[in-house]
Order: sequence, then structure tokens, then C-alpha cells
Amino acid sequence: MTKVTPLDTAVDPRSADTGVLLDVKDLEVEFRMRSGTVKAANRVSYQVDKGETLAIVGESGSGKTVSAQAIMGIIDSPPGFVTGGEILFRGKDLLKMEEKERRQIRGDRISMIFQDALTALNPVFTVGWQISEMFQKHRGMSKSEGYKRAVELMNLVKIPSAAERVNAYPHEFSGGMRQRVMIAMAIALDPDVLIADEPTTALDVTVQAQIMGLLADLQQQTGMGLILITHDLGVVAEVADKVSVMYAAEIVETADIRELYRHPYHPYTEGLMRSLVRPDHKGGRLSPIKGSPPDLLHIPSGCPFHPRCDYVQDVCRTDDPPLREILEGRTSACHFAEVFSDD
Amino acid sequence: MTDTTNKTPAEVLAPDVVTPEVVPPQAPTQDKPASLWSDAWKELRRKPGFIISALLVILMVVMAAFPTLFTSVDPRDCSLIDALQTPSAEHRFGTDLQGCDYYARTIWGARASVSIGLIVTFFSTIIAVALGSLSGYKGGWLDSTLSRFTDIMFAIPLILGALVILNALAGSRGVLQVSAVLIAFGWPTMMRLMRSSVLSVKELDFIDAARALGASDWRIITRHVLANGITPVVVYATITVGVIISAEASLSFLNVGLQLPAISWGLMINTAQNRILAFPHLLFFPGLFLSMTVFAFILMGDALRDALDPKLR
Repeated sequence: MTKVTPLDTAVDPRSADTGVLLDVKDLEVEFRMRSGTVKAANRVSYQVDKGETLAIVGESGSGKTVSAQAIMGIIDSPPGFVTGGEILFRGKDLLKMEEKERRQIRGDRISMIFQDALTALNPVFTVGWQISEMFQKHRGMSKSEGYKRAVELMNLVKIPSAAERVNAYPHEFSGGMRQRVMIAMAIALDPDVLIADEPTTALDVTVQAQIMGLLADLQQQTGMGLILITHDLGVVAEVADKVSVMYAAEIVETADIRELYRHPYHPYTEGLMRSLVRPDHKGGRLSPIKGSPPDLLHIPSGCPFHPRCDYVQDVCRTDDPPLREILEGRTSACHFAEVFSDD
Repeated sequence: MTDTTNKTPAEVLAPDVVTPEVVPPQAPTQDKPASLWSDAWKELRRKPGFIISALLVILMVVMAAFPTLFTSVDPRDCSLIDALQTPSAEHRFGTDLQGCDYYARTIWGARASVSIGLIVTFFSTIIAVALGSLSGYKGGWLDSTLSRFTDIMFAIPLILGALVILNALAGSRGVLQVSAVLIAFGWPTMMRLMRSSVLSVKELDFIDAARALGASDWRIITRHVLANGITPVVVYATITVGVIISAEASLSFLNVGLQLPAISWGLMINTAQNRILAFPHLLFFPGLFLSMTVFAFILMGDALRDALDPKLR
């Protein structure tokens, strides 16, 4: 079962009642554009509990970021609309809240880190100003108190000589340091849930590892729930407890991380893992998934993965398989989840 | 949460050991929290272009506010006997057709020019920033309506529009009337600049990030959109002061601006126009002051643009 971190209480993350910290149920998001309506998230469901890390893995355009934006309420509307589902935070539906109430949760209880910290930080204000603003606006602190906290936070995210750097502008930091600033802002108010949207994609590999390590440390220490959005299964392996794999705006498989690696129950997941570079993979060719991800304007009939699937049958071309429970705590959206991987 | 509800992570945890990640020793740091404008000010103080233009602007503004500091001669105390003298010890800039002291008139002429320049720029900028940021940030039908209205106003050339209206106002053209007409035709350019600036800033990630971290619409507009988008407008507005001053002079020269007995550089050039070849000082002195003022504001606009872009530092 799920790895239990020290701060985790004995709540089963999968109990669909109000005990779950963040519970996304059948979320549907549409983008209505001139060229047509795109379903960017379709029946997306996942749960995150205290101290737990959920990784959402998928290719570009698979809808993983959109579901996070829906949680934060920052989908550009128009063209984006949340057309269905619920997002329960501590049992209350965020989608039914007044904007004002929702804004108090944003940044405070649920926070987010963006992919490219250079563009996610305001270039005309110093990083200290931006971090201290969190305390001034949400906690009513004075400017000097806010700056003091900003320095503490910058120390916490391990920015060297924070006291001096607090008055520097974002462009004066390196990529990794900027992402640390972004993390400092996001965790400033000790959120219950932190969403990290590809937090390491814009960074080089060694810095990636440091940032992931930092996130894991912070999570261990504060007990927040972490949603890690990534296209990189390799990043996931070290930090996640659970993984949800997305394909063409739908979740196709959810599993405990070790279970997933041991035995994928969806051909797409299997394909992703085959295309990973492994230490024992000397000399041979990588085997990528054939074909390319579908255009969301023209999602294939039946199972959206069928044109790329090695195990495709007639039924796959006509019937879209629902996400169903294969084993306890494991779901897959494949007609042949139990069968295909046994050979 | 449990015991950590009211505490920040920094309180819960002692700051850890700093990782030896390489960070180049950066920019000199100051103890006081810095802002964009205070940093820009530090930058500007060292720029010769800014110092020269600032001194000129201050000189012109002081001249406009307190002309008696520069001359004790009454510009309206004229005697026809002294008409059309070339510069001499008694009349440093010579005298005009009416025998008025040309130096005194040139000094007093600053008042009308500078005040029209500042009033028009101030109010056009306010209109432009308000409409432009609203239009750009909100989008939709509001943007369409405001933008089309702006386009209609924009289609009328400043001088032509002002000429037509001011011509109809014959007999009652003072500083206020001329300013009002120039404001009416002067704001559209800046509004379009503001709107496009807001449109490009609005798409940037930090706007989404600010919203995700709980900022309100008002705060996003003022702190994030305006702070990043207003730079080109501030620069343009500074230049506009110069442009408006020369527009006022052009209108006065064309006989549709200020009217005698008002004193302005444009009017002085207008009155002199038939005698410019014979008495070039009638053109030279008001022309010199006019172009120095316009030059000062344009130079200042350039210096501001450089200083307000943090990436150029």
C-alpha cells in the first residue's frame, strides 16, 4: 500500500469521503475555440492526502497542467471552462465557492510552483519584495517583518547568503536559484497542498536533482500534500508515492509507485517505461512508443490509445474503456488490463 | 494540519546548512529594500544625458513658475520708440515690433508653453493608462468598444483636429482651452501603447503565478500588469511633453493657439514671421528656448527608458 510518511495519520487516501485533503472527482475542462471544442480534461479523478506525493505523468498536451490550473482556478476563461466534476478541498467544493473565498485558499492553503521560474517571477520587483508580499497580503505583516520572513524562507530553500540576496532581482539569479525563490514563495504560508507543475523541466540535470530533493525534504518536514506534474517518469520514481498516468485528457492508470514499476496495467504506461533510459540498458536501442500523441481536437474513437497500442483488438476501436479498479488501489482504463501484460 | 497550522515552515524548521552550490558573488547589495523606481533613480543620477535634461527641465519649470527671478522687466511695458532693436546691453535679446523687451517676453513665454505641455501630458496619460489597462486586461466587448473609440480619435491628426476645434473657438482661446483640445486629441496614441503593453504583460507566467498565489484582480493590475507595462508609457509621456509644447507653438504660429496679449514662444514666432529675414533675433530666441525645452524632455524620455529596464543594467 501507500508509503506512509511520519506525519501521515491513518487516513486511507482512497476513501472517497471528506477525510481526503484534496479530492478531484470526474473533472472536465473544455477549451472552446474557433477551430472547435477541445476536452482538455475528461473524467479526471485523483486524491492527495497529507504528506503524500502524487505524480501526474503524461506527454505534452495530455491535460496534466490543465487539471492543476482548474484546482488553482487560473484557467484562462474564455476559452477554458470547467464543465463538470468536483474539486473537494477538505470536503468543500472549490468550484462552488465564491471567488473571494477561493482566493483566500489560493496561495495560502493550496499553492503552486511553475515550470519556468524566470517567467513566473515578476521581473521588476526584488525577490524579497515578492516573497514578503505573501506575508503582507495574507498575514497582514509589516514590510520589515515580511522581509525578515523572506530571508528565513530563502535560507530554508537553501539560497546561499540569503540576507544579501534578498534585494536582488529575479534575473540576477541562476535558473536553479530562481526555482528555489519560486518554491519559497509557494511554501511561504505553509500550504496544505503544493502543486508543482514541471518544476525541474527548465533546469539542467544536476540542478533538477537538487530541486526534487529540496521539495521532498520540505514535504517531509511540513507534511503537505504534493502534486508533482511531470513528463519524466525518472523524476517520479524517487519522490512519488502514487502515480496517475494521463493520456489524451484522461487518466489511464493510477497506482502506487512501486507497484506501477513492477507491473503496469496499461499498455501506455508499459510503453512509457520501455522508453526510459535505464542503467542496465547498455548498447541497445530505446524503444519509443510508436506514433505521436493525438490532437485533442480529433481524439480517436474508442480507446484513445488504440492507434498506438501493440495489443489493439477490435473492441478498442469502438468502445472507450472506463477507468476501473483492477486490484485494490489500482485502476486502469484498458479493456485488457489483466491480460495484455501476462505474456 | 496539526501543530503547524499557524506557523510558516521557517518557524517549524531551523534554517538548514547551506548547500555549496556555486553562486557568483552578485551585484552590490543594499540594506534597504529596493524598488524599481529607487533603483532607476540610482542609475539615472549617474547618467550625463539625464543630468543635462533634468537641469534644463528644472530651469524651464522654474522659469515658468517664477519668471521674475530671471527678469525684472515687465514684458508688457513697451515703447514703440524702441521697436525692432537688435540685441544690445540694454535689451539683451533686442526688442520686438511693439518695442517690448524680447528677453523678458522670452522668459515669460515659458509659462504658457510649459504649463500646456505638463497639463496636457498629465491628463492624457491618466486617460490613456486607465482606458488602456482596462481594455487590455479585461478584453472582450469592453476592449472592442474602447479600442474602436480610440481608433476613431486616433484617426484624427493631432494638429488638424486641434486646428479645426480651436478655429471654432476664436476669441476665447486661453491656456485651458488649448490644453483641453490637445488632451482630447493627444491621448489615443498613449492608450494604444498602454493597451498593447498590457496585452503582452498579461500573457506572462508571473500573472498566472500571482493569481495562483492568491492576488486579487486589483492587485494584479496595479502591482504586476501596470508595474511591468507602464514603462513605455512613462517614457512616451516624457517625450509627449516636448511634442505638446511644439504643437502649442505650431498652433499659435498658425494663429489658432493662444491669442495676444498672451505671451508664448509660438505667438512670438507668429508675430515675427514677416520680419524674420530682416530681424533674425525675433525667430532665434523663442525658437532656441522652444527647441531646448523640447530637446530636454525627449532626452529625459530616453534616459528614463534605459533606467527603467532592469535587464539593461
